[in-house]
Amino acid sequence: MLHIKNLQARIEEKEILKGINLDIKPGEVHAIMGPNGSGKSTLASVLAGRSDYEVTGGEVEFNGKDLLELSPEDRSREGLFLAFQYPVEIPGVSTTNFIKTAVNEIRKYRGEEPMDAVEFLKKMKEKMKLVEIDQSLLSRSLNEGFSGGEKKRNEIFQMAMLEPNLAILDETDSGLDIDALRIVAEGVNKLRDGKRSFLVITHYQRLLDYIVPDHVHVLYKGRIVKSGGKELALELEERGYDFIKEELGESVEA
Amino acid sequence: MSEMLTTLEQTALSEYKYGWVTNIEADEAPPGLNEDIVRFISAKKNEPEWMLEWRLKAFRQWQKMEVPRWPNVTYPDVDFQAIKYYSAPKQKKTLNSLDEVDPELRATFEKLGISLDEQKRLSGVAVDAVIDSVSVATTFKKQLGEMGIIFCSMSEAIKEHPELVQKWLGSVVPVTDNFYSALNSAVFSDGSFCYIPKGVKCPMELSTYFRINAAGTGQFERTLIVAEEGSYVSYLEGCTAPQRDENQLHAAVVEIVALDNAEVKYSTVQNWFPGDKEGKGGVFNFVTKRGICAGVNSKISWTQVETGSAVTWKYPSVILKGDNSVGEFYSVAVTNNRQQADTGTKMLHIGKNTRSRIVSKGISAGYSHNSYRGLVQVGKNAVNARNFSQCDSLLLGDKCGAHTFPYIEVKNSTAQVEHEATTSKIGEDQIFYCNQRGLDTETAVALIINGFAKEVMNQLPMEFAVEAQKLLAISLEGSVG
Repeated sequence: MLHIKNLQARIEEKEILKGINLDIKPGEVHAIMGPNGSGKSTLASVLAGRSDYEVTGGEVEFNGKDLLELSPEDRSREGLFLAFQYPVEIPGVSTTNFIKTAVNEIRKYRGEEPMDAVEFLKKMKEKMKLVEIDQSLLSRSLNEGFSGGEKKRNEIFQMAMLEPNLAILDETDSGLDIDALRIVAEGVNKLRDGKRSFLVITHYQRLLDYIVPDHVHVLYKGRIVKSGGKELALELEERGYDFIKEELGESVEA
Repeated sequence: MSEMLTTLEQTALSEYKYGWVTNIEADEAPPGLNEDIVRFISAKKNEPEWMLEWRLKAFRQWQKMEVPRWPNVTYPDVDFQAIKYYSAPKQKKTLNSLDEVDPELRATFEKLGISLDEQKRLSGVAVDAVIDSVSVATTFKKQLGEMGIIFCSMSEAIKEHPELVQKWLGSVVPVTDNFYSALNSAVFSDGSFCYIPKGVKCPMELSTYFRINAAGTGQFERTLIVAEEGSYVSYLEGCTAPQRDENQLHAAVVEIVALDNAEVKYSTVQNWFPGDKEGKGGVFNFVTKRGICAGVNSKISWTQVETGSAVTWKYPSVILKGDNSVGEFYSVAVTNNRQQADTGTKMLHIGKNTRSRIVSKGISAGYSHNSYRGLVQVGKNAVNARNFSQCDSLLLGDKCGAHTFPYIEVKNSTAQVEHEATTSKIGEDQIFYCNQRGLDTETAVALIINGFAKEVMNQLPMEFAVEAQKLLAISLEGSVG
């Protein structure tokens, strides 16, 4: 599904990713953890194709295609979804209208006819239940005046509507209270179908109580310095990131 | 950032999509303007003596007037002696039905997506099609006639309804009002006349499509709408012009009169040729539009979507004379490349309890400049006058400009006047978010723009809203940074 080989990237003159290697197979859930400033969100942005970042080396293959050659919109159309840490507001554009446009752009790319209104509404209803989102929220301007929790839920709702092959969740748990966290995590879990893969980026272990990963990676100073199973997350929670620094400090500093 | 700009700049180079020339033999005046030309125009149109006198009076006034220099626009002086003031497609006989319209002309309308047949059959819109300056086809006239509604070309109105024309023409925009209205009064070639009798609600949207056609021709439309007591009419005006290398002058005058309890809604979609990306060519759009709420409880509402023209100078205004009368102005003005727009409104509160509402959305891209200029004036007798103004500007890129010139003059202490203004930029974050959901940058910009302009677009009649949305997208294709 996704093969990242020695990926390096920088913003302006600052090296942030210094050689990331990661393989995600269909249906797998990978978690990326790490202290602030380790490059977690940069990795998400680079994979989604944000132009602020310059890829300086490495390769990324997604569904057999060279991901780095694709425009951001084509990455989306190929089935890569990013749930934003800070979703933007678009005044005057209803969430429904926005998602409809997105769904149909993706269908067009795949050579499919636009979804008719009846089918679209049916799908909306079905997915609304999944993430416990209210109809009234969807008729409002996209994210305008939404609470933090509503914004994140809206991201998961969009993910449900767009049915990606790979979903990247960029600190989706940040700013959420425990109820919102649970709803968001349950939404994600319902979308796990054995084929769809997830890359969950988080600072805290808390989210991983709800979304149980197959693999956990620790990102530190632009490199994955440790990988393991779900128990690694618990260990990090217990011991803090310092033990990673102690354990691998020297090689990281070098 | 830099990568995005490149993509955006490339897509900004998209060409004006409505640029073609219809090859219809023109019957035209030689270039230049003098009393003989005014007489020529009047004679061409078989006008009565009083009309000729009216024109000549206007012409003599115009000669003493100066070109206005106060708008926030710069352009080379217009050589008024180089312009041809009359051009009409040749018509062999009077047309009884659409089938008799010149096939080439029909094809032109088809290209614009404004098939008269479609309009007639599907949307119930009566279309008075104006190519260059002479009305070619008027539909639904009979049906409207049965209700006493007069909807015809100005030339026809001068012949058939001289008493109405004499009574109201120039009553809202006097001949000497300004340089361009005086010019229009002297040389106007045609336009539309609309009269709604007492108590009649016009059952359909009245629509006129204007096009500038023959090379080097100025267009001077004259429109007059009179709504008698208790009547209602919604009037649509839309235009696209073919591409030209030389500047074209467009100086129209629109007058609206609303008597007691009457309501007039006037909607415009303006897409004259804006010039190329270097600012070469394009229409100079110097328009005077004004309505008077002459009667009590009357209402005049202007809605405009301005995407075209190289230079726009236009302030659809309302004189709120009748007590409890209401004036509204909803505007979206888009400028791209080297376009310049100085547009807004005047709300003149004279009567008691008069209310006005101004919603202006300016969108600037490329190297363009977009100014909102508005006057809210409350006279000393305008007890309890209220105004709300909202002026929002959206910038695309960092080489364009947005300017706001609000003027407020209040002479009555009971007045309430509110003014809100915002300026924002389409952010890279917004674009990237849309990209990440599978929208290319052009689609994303169109979506964001239409969201920004929604409050105004919602005021447009349905059949116009779709066309207007497309226009916004076309006008701004990819011009974001």
